Amino acid sequence: MKVGLFIPCYVDALYPEVGVSAYKLLRSLGIEVDYPEKQTCCGQPMGNAGFQGKSEHLVKSFDELFSGYDYVVAPSASCTAYVRFFHPRIAGHECEAAGKTVDLVEFLHDIVQVKSLPAKFPHKVSLHNSCHGVRELGLSSPTERNIPAFNKIKDLLKLVEGITVVEPERPDECCGFGGMFSVEETGVSAKMGLDKLKRHIATGAEYVTGPDSSCLMHMQGIAAKQQLPVKFIHVAQILSSGL
Amino acid sequence: MSTQHAKKANEFVKLTDVVDRHDATFWAVRSKRDRMAHEVPEWEDLRAAADMIKKHTVTHLADYLGRFAENARRNGVQVHWAKDAAEYNAIVLDILRKHDVKKVVKSKSMLTEECGLNDSLMANGIDVVETDLGERILQLLGVPPSHIVMPAIHITREQVLECFRGHGIIEKNGRQAADSMGGDLKTLEAEADPTFLTRCARYHLRDNFMTADCGMTGANFGIADTGEVVVCTNEGNADMSTSIPPLHVVSMGIEKLIPDYKSMAVFQRLLARNGTGQPTTVYTSHFRKPRPGTEMHIILVDNGRSDILGNADHWQTLKCMRCGACMNTCPVYRRSGGYSYSYFIPGPIGINLGMLRDSDSHYGNCSACSLCCSCDNVCPVKVDLSTQIYKWRQQLDSMHHADPMKKTISEGMKVLFDHPGLYTSALRMAPVANVVPSWLAGLAMKPWCEGHDMPVFAKKSFHQLWKNGLKEDSQK
Repeated sequence: MKVGLFIPCYVDALYPEVGVSAYKLLRSLGIEVDYPEKQTCCGQPMGNAGFQGKSEHLVKSFDELFSGYDYVVAPSASCTAYVRFFHPRIAGHECEAAGKTVDLVEFLHDIVQVKSLPAKFPHKVSLHNSCHGVRELGLSSPTERNIPAFNKIKDLLKLVEGITVVEPERPDECCGFGGMFSVEETGVSAKMGLDKLKRHIATGAEYVTGPDSSCLMHMQGIAAKQQLPVKFIHVAQILSSGL
Repeated sequence: MSTQHAKKANEFVKLTDVVDRHDATFWAVRSKRDRMAHEVPEWEDLRAAADMIKKHTVTHLADYLGRFAENARRNGVQVHWAKDAAEYNAIVLDILRKHDVKKVVKSKSMLTEECGLNDSLMANGIDVVETDLGERILQLLGVPPSHIVMPAIHITREQVLECFRGHGIIEKNGRQAADSMGGDLKTLEAEADPTFLTRCARYHLRDNFMTADCGMTGANFGIADTGEVVVCTNEGNADMSTSIPPLHVVSMGIEKLIPDYKSMAVFQRLLARNGTGQPTTVYTSHFRKPRPGTEMHIILVDNGRSDILGNADHWQTLKCMRCGACMNTCPVYRRSGGYSYSYFIPGPIGINLGMLRDSDSHYGNCSACSLCCSCDNVCPVKVDLSTQIYKWRQQLDSMHHADPMKKTISEGMKVLFDHPGLYTSALRMAPVANVVPSWLAGLAMKPWCEGHDMPVFAKKSFHQLWKNGLKEDSQK
């Protein structure tokens, strides 16, 4: 199986260690990994701002770059969802690469179906269920719906030795990032982030973890400003902690 | 780079106690709704059925409207058609004048709000008394609703007391209210006791029910098979409004139609559970024909609904049954309050309906969404609310309402993301030169930095790490 690794722009620039963790994890599972160097962004920042049309070229390039792989794996729930669900709409037709683009959690849980990991992380972590992970990719059951409860992120984290996984009150309420939303609706965005952070901190966890660094970045920015005592770590970093 | 909504929300959000209370109140409603939804094993099937029934009805609207009107007439009801707000207001005025109506008692109707009926009637010398308690309080205060189901939720009991005092309601009804509770008037008044205030309102409204010449109601549903309307309330005020005066006028948007009783059963199970977390509204009243010796009129109002039906991206808003759940769950609504939105219907459905009503006036609400998609998942009729808001954003540029800064940033991103070479060199430069790549420029701007510390750029991007080692490793 050959996987094309998609490392979204902000992970590339701000959280390359998340990309390295994803790479190591995949390799440790015996998966062939390639990273097409001409990749840039999924296009969501433009779409979110109301300029989806400006990503037409990008969507085409993405498809050309990634359609040769068995799967395209990205350690970022929101970017994955954007590629999978919005690229075909922008292109106006099915996109081969978009159809096989999955988030790292989905890939490990559903496709590789990992049952054990050498990871150790003797800490209490509060799980951040990112909106697009929950409601677009189905990484966990949305609290709004009357369907049997599940959480693929939690399932994976349970494989880690020594970890304690907790969830905050209102486990899938939005943290208020929303890309351009956080720049345009500063007051509400920061308030949502602070409220969310306080609920994470109330669990007594040392770390907030999640499948999407953009939510973590938002909360990290607020935590730093308010000097709140909590650390942030991407799920991939925990799962790869023994590697 | 601040929209009309953002400006008002930024002010509202400063009132931390008010915001926290507002948020907690509506989260409690959302939680009650969740408990109700989880008590009904077939909940998701009900949503699917409701979605299909509404889709079917609004796409066969002409047939169902014809059948509804014919059956209503057969029941002895007079049916009127209004193409817009002006025609609707004129029809109501005409009916009321023919009956020499001096005072109307009204149960809650968002349609009358949409058409500005109250102002139109008052301007023509007709007294209008709202009889839903929340609506009455707002009417006396002279302010609009901040939520469609709980319109006065943002008003405190102290404010209600003040308002009732100002309108002589305490003076006139306080003694009777206190006696009915076996309590002391002065103490109850000093404490702004909620039961006391409610009883004052009850006696005040009863006077109005007894002396009104016409009762007006909205309609939660119109049943085509029988020609009747269904009105759901918790206070019984629709029943009081229609039981005493000799004239009943129903105002109904044409999208309120459903085919038959079987469909009604689906919506009856969803509406109150989803809206307020109650198993049912306290009163679910079916009005089919005029009481003996009285008249009943139904006005079917289009006011833009036919145009919405022809809108490929937004026609599904017509499925909405105004339960208010999308507001309750919306993290932005809960923290910005109803008055931050320029349209009288706030929250996710209000953003969409406002744009459909008049995009030039209401485009400033399109920012009020983090695209968390929670609304899509609570909606009992599966309106694709967040997708529609995303679509409006794509249209703002062609409407000449795009924010110039966002446009510049997006154009910059296009250049960068379309040219991988440029992108990688920007990445290489960022940490060294402390230059913020343009697609992250928003994060360096003042507004973001008011709430956040800037993220720290990695010394080496993933691109560089790949070139300096990982690539070779991957080929082993």
